[in-house]
Parts: sequence; structure tokens; C-alpha cells
Amino acid sequence: MRTYLDFEKSIADLEGKIQELRQSVGEAGVSVDDEIERLQSKVDDLLGDTYSKLTRWQKVQVARHAARPKFSDYVSRLVDDFAPLAGDRAFGEDQAIVGGPARFRGRSVIIMGHEKGADTAGRVAHNFGMASPEGYRKAIRLMDLAERFELPVITLVDTPGAYPGRGAEERGQAEAIASCTEKTLGLGTPVIACVVGEGGSGGAVALAAANAVIMFEHAVYSVISPEGCASILWKDAAGRGENKSPDAAEAMKISAEDLLALGVIDTVVPEPLGGAHRDPTLATERLGDAIESALAEFDGLDAETVKSRRRAKFLNLGRIGLS
Amino acid sequence: MNWLSNITPPGIKNMFRRPDDNADTLWLKCGGCGEMIFHRDLENTQRVCPACSHHMSIPAEDRLHAFFDDGKFEDIELPEAPVDPLKFRDERRYADRIKDARRKTGRQDAMRVAAGAVHGLPIVAACQDFAFMGGSMGCALGEAFLKGVEEAIKRNSALVAFSASGGARMQEGILSLMQMPRTTIGVQMMREAGLPYIVVLTHPTTGGVTASFAMLGDINIAEPGALIGFAGPRVIEQTIREKLPEGFQRSEFLKEKGMVDMVVHRHDLRDSIAKLVRVLTKNGSARSRISLGEGEATPAAKPPANDLDAVDKAAE
Ligand SMILES: [Zn+2]
Repeated sequence: MRTYLDFEKSIADLEGKIQELRQSVGEAGVSVDDEIERLQSKVDDLLGDTYSKLTRWQKVQVARHAARPKFSDYVSRLVDDFAPLAGDRAFGEDQAIVGGPARFRGRSVIIMGHEKGADTAGRVAHNFGMASPEGYRKAIRLMDLAERFELPVITLVDTPGAYPGRGAEERGQAEAIASCTEKTLGLGTPVIACVVGEGGSGGAVALAAANAVIMFEHAVYSVISPEGCASILWKDAAGRGENKSPDAAEAMKISAEDLLALGVIDTVVPEPLGGAHRDPTLATERLGDAIESALAEFDGLDAETVKSRRRAKFLNLGRIGLS
Repeated sequence: MNWLSNITPPGIKNMFRRPDDNADTLWLKCGGCGEMIFHRDLENTQRVCPACSHHMSIPAEDRLHAFFDDGKFEDIELPEAPVDPLKFRDERRYADRIKDARRKTGRQDAMRVAAGAVHGLPIVAACQDFAFMGGSMGCALGEAFLKGVEEAIKRNSALVAFSASGGARMQEGILSLMQMPRTTIGVQMMREAGLPYIVVLTHPTTGGVTASFAMLGDINIAEPGALIGFAGPRVIEQTIREKLPEGFQRSEFLKEKGMVDMVVHRHDLRDSIAKLVRVLTKNGSARSRISLGEGEATPAAKPPANDLDAVDKAAE
């Protein structure tokens, strides 16, 4: 069963018809191949058309799609010999962030990212990708390893945000995020961040203060969720029960295209027809290519250069007199 | 402008709104004990309630005045920053909100940078002003903080950051989020220069500011009773569906949890900070490991990769 988003109604209808036709073949024995082919090309056209014109709010829906590939889906296709490591060596193990050493296209790397979980049990175990301080402290540990063994770091960002819970606050959520950001910014090996789904606020930036930031075509990256922004800045309308989240998504300019124009990200990776969830293998392959070429840019550079380039990139962001 | 505008007691809002007109008749109700206090008395106590020691919000101007020796300090000119980079509009235009905030406060944005002396020790202060759009962090604040770092390094002095913020300036979208790594780079420059970076967390400090420069001090000091956290209490209560206990996310709680080094009364900040800076810099004699001073720095004394230079080069 495929999950359809509310703007995919006509696609759902057509694919439903194809499904029915396929089932009727067995019963009646009549050939429906031509009809299926005709309908399928209509579906492809519709998908192409719909997904080339997604509004920012629709992209939010795609980025949060239940079937969108998760960290584990990417990692299983992207790297070999992955060894996920557990714990922050201080308090606990937070499965909202998963990571460890792996082999990526002939290189040893540290790969880590937010894992949202694929089913109900998984989502609960991974806390929907909302990390606690232990998650960020585990990320710092992994970056210590990267530094010691001179390994590049690949991060996959996919989180609604850092977990706003009582324990997370008690154990220093703010400090953990700040220190994780500082660790990333100070690394002498290249860091490539990939916003693959939702890049939610400080919880995302802690893993994204990178040398290069890659983003999927339909991923979103923002300072606050559109819902959160709407409830604060469109207080009056929200009070009247109006849904202003689409307005907030538009106003905050949260799409990959927007962020490329603002210089916040470096590369947009095109998604397969109808979004990454329709072809995770192709999506991962394209992501892998983008990571590989981003990494290649830092081959042979010494630690100071890698670090100072990363700094210059962030310092220059939004600075007047620079373009 | 952020969730704090919903919880800030009206008394504090009024305090910022009417410092000029009918100043003589202004009485304020203390948020701590409920006592009515004459505003002049509050000015003399740096806005600490004489009855219960409740620390009220203090405008940046008054803060700096009270902090530096003889109330004397040099206002550091701040770099220009993009205004309304997203052409943002919610129920109002961001451009109009900024204009209002500037008119009301007489300041360009939510952080001031000043240089002066505290008990004779040279110190640069970067001071957030909650009165300016809830102290929210946008491009201008990031630039101001980095300017503070640059000045501290140039003057071979400690940097003291006073935080007071509801978090990110949402109207600047992703560029406000980017101020988290940007200010963090500033902190790293202080560390590399071997100069003390001290944070004074004041009420309230939440969101992206706490999760970047405000939690990264060599020493984190909190004023008594300040609300300090990543998520705001309302968001947490909505998430966990229960009421938070009294004192949760307050300075004393953070100290108990090991997140701040000390809780210091506003009247004692000068003494505490001067003592720390004097010891850390070995009586103020430590030379910065990095010098950005014009002319005095030899190329050999510069760090292998000077980030400010790198930026200047990129600008050419
Ligand atoms: Zn009182």
C-alpha cells in the first residue's frame, strides 16, 4: 500500500486503476498491457508535472513522507562495513542519532545522522529523529574518532528538531548542541552534510556546520517548523483556527532552491520522479555521487586549510559587501 | 515576535515602552514580590528589587553603564548587516517591525558592543538587548558578536557576552539559524587567541542563542532567577503533557545540573568577572596568542590560517 499526499489525488486514482487492471488480467485472461502502459505514462507525466511545481509547504509533506528513505535506508546502500557505535560514555545511548565508521566508495569515513525510524516501534525507539543531549554527545565522540584517524565525516540530516523534553533540558540540550556545532566547526577533516529530509532548527545545524552542505531537491531546512513559525507570527489567524503553516513555509524560504540562492547550501541533488520514496536506490546513488565529488574537493588539503575554508564559508554567509 | 512575547509580564514591556514620558510618576510592580517600586529607586539598584532581590530586565545602556569603571565605555561601531534578506512578511512586514523596534529603542539591532575597563582590566562587552525584538538573533546580531570578538582580540582583552534572548529571528529564516555556527566560530577565535570568554546569562536566554555562544563560555555565569534553556517551558509542557516544577530551567537549577559555573548577583558581577579575568590572564599580563592589531603583528605571529584575513580576502 502506497501512502499518498493530499495533492497526489489524481496520481492515486490512476495508480489505483493500474492496480485493478493488473488484478483483472488473471481473472479474464484479456490483455490489458496497452491500457496499463497508457495509464503509466499518464502517471509519469502527472508526477513530473506535480513534483516540478511543488510549493514549499508541499515539499514539507514530501520531506516528512512516511515512506521517505531513512538514515538506515541510505546507509545500507551508501556504505559497506558500517559499524554503528553506541553511547555518549556519560549518560546513555540515544538512537535518534546513529553513526559509526564505514567504507564509502573506497574511503574510510565516519557516517552519522538522524534516524527517524521506519515503523511505529522504530519511530518510538529512535524518538522520531529528535535527539537528546546524549545523541549530540555521541556525535562529538564520533568526530573525535574522525579526528584521531583522519577520516572525513558524512552526516545525514533528517530531524524535526532537537527533543524539547524535560530530561533533555536537565541534561543540557543547549550545551550539547552548541558543543557539537563547535566540534564540527573545528574538525581538521572534511565534513559533508546532507539534508535528506527535514532539517529542523538547531537540532539540524549541530550536524550541518560542514565544509559542504548537500540537499535533496524536496528536502526542507529551516530555523523553526512552519507550524511553529505560524503559531507565533500568525498568532491572530491561528487563534481564529486558520492554518497559516503554508504561509510560514513560503515566507521562510525553506526549499533547497531557496537555500542554494542564499548560499547556505552548495549542491541540490535531484530526486527520482515523484520523490526519493519512489526510488530509494536511485536517490541514494545520486546522493552518493554528490558526496563523492564534494569529498574530492578536499583531497590533499591539510587540516588547517580544511578548517579555515569551512570557517570562511560560514563567516561570509549573509555578510554585506560580499556576494 | 517569539514565544517570549507571550510570557513576558506586561510590567516589563511597559518598562521598556515608557522610559521617557511621565517618568516621574512611574511605579513598577516587582515580578518577584509584588511590591510597588518607584522607578528611580530601580535605576539606583540596576533594576534589582530592593525588597526581594528579583532581577528585572535591564536595558543594554544601563547594563553597560553599571558594568564598566565609572560608567565609561566606548561604543564600538557595528558592521552593516543585511536588513530583511528574505523580504519576509507575516501579519506585518518584517521591514516595518524592524523600523518600529529601531524607533522604540534608538538602536539598530539587538546587540551592542562596548569596550572599557572593569577594575582597570580591559574588557570588551557584547550585550544583548531584550527590548529589541526580544533579543532575537539575526544577521545583525551575528555580525555584532563577531565584531566583539575582533575587538577583544585586537585589544588583547577578555570578551564578556551578556545574553538575553527569546532565540532566533524567525523573519530572517535560515540566515538566523546560520548565526549559531557563525557566533560559535567567534568563540573558537577567542579560544585560539588564549583570551577569556565569559558569558553572563540573564533572563531570559533560550533557543538558538543558548545553543550557541551563550553556553560556550570558558566560564558561564548566570544572574539569579534567570530562565535559561533550549526549548521554552511552554513547548516542553506541550511535549510532555505535564506541568514543569517550580524553578525548572532557572539559574539555580542549571547550576545544580552542572550547566553554569556560578550564579552571581547583578551587583557583584564586576567584582566576580574582574577576579576571574585577572587570574586567567595572570594579572592581566597574558599576551594574546593572536594579534590582529594593525601594524604590530608580524606575519610569523599570525596563526596559520587567519580567518578574518580569509574573509577580507574573499571580499576583495
Ligand atoms: Zn521584589
